[in-house]
Amino acid sequence: MAENVVFHFDVDGEDFSSAGGASVTVKKKLRQLGIAPEYIRRVAIAMYEGEINMVIHANGGSADVIVSDDEIKIVLTDTGPGIPDVSLAMQEGYSTARDNIRSLGFGAGMGLPNMKKYTDTMEIDTELGRGTTITMTVKIA
Amino acid sequence: MKLSDVIDSLSLTVVTGAADGCFEGVYAGDFLSRAMSRVGAGDLWITIMNNVNVIAVASLTDASAVLLAEDVSLMPDALDAAREKDVTVLSSGMSVYELCVALGKFGTFS
Repeated sequence: MAENVVFHFDVDGEDFSSAGGASVTVKKKLRQLGIAPEYIRRVAIAMYEGEINMVIHANGGSADVIVSDDEIKIVLTDTGPGIPDVSLAMQEGYSTARDNIRSLGFGAGMGLPNMKKYTDTMEIDTELGRGTTITMTVKIA
Repeated sequence: MKLSDVIDSLSLTVVTGAADGCFEGVYAGDFLSRAMSRVGAGDLWITIMNNVNVIAVASLTDASAVLLAEDVSLMPDALDAAREKDVTVLSSGMSVYELCVALGKFGTFS
């Protein structure tokens, strides 16, 4: 593709009924661009987890997806409380989700681990009281 | 494996969506992030979760169908989402365990 294709989404906080909407839209767009299904699946999983995290923990945020010839970059930005201990948050099964969130099926402590697992690179820039930016890439052949 | 074969054999109810597809494997579980990671494309996902986020996960993972155990009914907004996203949803009065045992008789799935 000659130029990068960019998608931007605002993610509503505390709105679980529409949570995942940006991921579903990105999945459709990537299909239209002819991206291979295995890459789309990885992007969709990583982005959905990030989207849900923003809804659960950060009162929403924004998501940007940049599609270039060799990679798909996902940038998730929020102005939430930040992550106090990133290494702890990266452990499978560790969760700070509230009980009402768990009753919806979230809070398994797999969000960040899944995001790392399904992407080729992931960087977390977080500051307590300021927010978090997570940048992930999926390399495409 | 054809969905229609297990629908007939286990007397499953088709809540919404096409029932003429196939499934490649089976996953049973309720935590959405676990399901997000483990439900493979073309899998049948057995759960007792019935909210709208189940439909989002099923759609994003390209699950063949969601199978609700224990006669769980989809929440109204989840039913709307399933119709909108063309997600097939089945239901049964059997427990998750009973469904897994019954499906195991069809062969080994991933």
